[in-house]
Amino acid sequence: MTKAQIETLLQSELYKIAPDIDVADIDRDADLREEFDIDSMDFLTLVTALGKELGSDIPEEDYAQMGSFAAAIDYLAGLAAT
Amino acid sequence: MSNDLIAKSSARRSAANMPDYEAARATFTWPAAKQLLNGMPDGKLNIANEAIEKHIQQGRGDQIALRWISKAGERVDFTYSQLDALTSKFANSLRNIGVEKGERVYSLLGRTPELYIAALGTLKAGSVYCPLFSAFGPEPIQSRMEIGGAKALITSSSLYRRKVKGIRANLPELREVILIDKELDDTRSYETLMEGAPEVFETEPMQAEETALLHFTSGTTGKPKGVVHVHEAVVAHNATGRLALDLRPGDIYWCTADPGWVTGTSYGIIAPLVIGVTMIVDAADFDAVRWYDILDQEAVNVWYTAPTAIRMLMKAGRDMVAERDFPALRFMASVGEPLNPEAVIWGNDVFGMPFHDNWWQTETGGIMIANYASMDVKPGSMGKPLPGIEAGIVEVDETGAHEATKPLAVGELALRPGWPSMMRGYLHEQARYEKCFKDGWYLSGDLAMRDSDGYYWFVGRSDDVIKSAGHLIGPFEVESALMEHPAVTEVGVIGIPDETVGEIVKAYVALKPGIEPSDELRLELTGHARKRLGPAVAPKEIVFRTNLPKTRSGKIMRRLLKARELRLPEGDISTLESDEK
Repeated sequence: MTKAQIETLLQSELYKIAPDIDVADIDRDADLREEFDIDSMDFLTLVTALGKELGSDIPEEDYAQMGSFAAAIDYLAGLAAT
Repeated sequence: MSNDLIAKSSARRSAANMPDYEAARATFTWPAAKQLLNGMPDGKLNIANEAIEKHIQQGRGDQIALRWISKAGERVDFTYSQLDALTSKFANSLRNIGVEKGERVYSLLGRTPELYIAALGTLKAGSVYCPLFSAFGPEPIQSRMEIGGAKALITSSSLYRRKVKGIRANLPELREVILIDKELDDTRSYETLMEGAPEVFETEPMQAEETALLHFTSGTTGKPKGVVHVHEAVVAHNATGRLALDLRPGDIYWCTADPGWVTGTSYGIIAPLVIGVTMIVDAADFDAVRWYDILDQEAVNVWYTAPTAIRMLMKAGRDMVAERDFPALRFMASVGEPLNPEAVIWGNDVFGMPFHDNWWQTETGGIMIANYASMDVKPGSMGKPLPGIEAGIVEVDETGAHEATKPLAVGELALRPGWPSMMRGYLHEQARYEKCFKDGWYLSGDLAMRDSDGYYWFVGRSDDVIKSAGHLIGPFEVESALMEHPAVTEVGVIGIPDETVGEIVKAYVALKPGIEPSDELRLELTGHARKRLGPAVAPKEIVFRTNLPKTRSGKIMRRLLKARELRLPEGDISTLESDEK
């Protein structure tokens, strides 16, 4: 998967949880949960859905690497490459 | 209830603040508990005086009161003396902008140092402090500010822009908005206000019965309820912090509750500071690795957390803790919703001590029923009533409230009113307040039972209120927001069980004729609800129906939706007029 595809995937999974937030309006380097106004449970739902789409589990230890929209793309790109 | 008892060693018992529960119950009195306070001349008092100035007078000004950890992991410490100066500056700032004694100051903030400074500064000034949950959307914020008549609000520029700016015109009483990070139109800068304010302030001496705090909670119907608490509540905060949380002066204490709710105030600000601990405050949201790091590196002695967090830690697995031990940790407690026995036992396996579940409500202001450091734990039980608290299981019928004394009889959990942190009213709603009392009992709305050893067990709610991640959500508030959408004709909202957060909010929606259900519409409704209610209150699940089950008078039968969702017996459906389709 290319980085652009990863971004599209992340965007579409976030849209399912927070359809009221437009990615164009957010700060890509700021706190992901805050920018998308999602709580811990939403975040778990997101991680589970992403793991399923990418066919690999995202371990709890790695959650901190998905702190912002941009960081999450980098992390998921790395995950998809392995 | 078949789980094994977790017994306490005699060493653990004798090391506890309250080594013998029965003996403490026999001797405890509230007037004696009041004697433990510092107090102010002429029989007056102020929560802020107990929480800050007392320690300085007693020579503990250099102790760290609050250690704040930023999202990036940076630590910022505030000693009791520093907190005194900053809260005095805030109290002076309020005076400088014309906020008076008795007027209500709201906060809408995450875990930032400014929240703690504002809360205590507000109390010093004799104004009333009211916290709002920062995950609320504009509608819950507006209704709570209207009911309470908010005069001033402290928040951040981002929360202000997203949640308050659009409703400001509807809040004519809201004179002042203070932003902690910058200044926008029609707001003031916290920094500028604080810079110009002196660091000395004569704390307002308050009558015991003067209002200190306003907390909002939800009922099944109608508007949110503004729960009024007075300065004398600090007697209970102090006593219960020592008895139920085993807190001692000098302890390192971490309360993970969000400061937007009552736990975050009673046990996230007041009780720990009054007792003289060092509080850990983490700005970040839940993260398993980070949490274990904090427990470990900050050498936390007493940890007060919530079932949702504990279950998320369990999910993260035991491997994460395998390399760690927590030598400083002495006591762990949980509140928000009943803690399942597996989680209590997991705590015992992983940390060498169980989580001590306790029970209380916004209305009770402080812990009422608890598992204690010196008492054996029955996993799944909320424990026994605090010294000074009389609890009972009552059955309520037309003739009144009758106490059920037979072990394991299910009834409403009730308390004999009279402790200092009991609510003094629902703001502007005397009738609703009076409805909480019957035959000398305060009725909690929770169903429970008591076993032959005197331990209490939670059974369920007697109404339709939803409990998600420890927060009470009124179905009516959610239904009203969805009803505002032009495609919607009927809504029923219930809580459905979820293994991590207890319950999640689920909405059943019937659409107007000619409108077809679709995934797009579902997402539109989700977005609509999130925008108005915020992520904490908006439904996580929305399903479409052609018709919702209703009574003859047109009332949607949430109870029936829930029974069907859970595949439980439908019960009495004689009032059902129009069924679900």
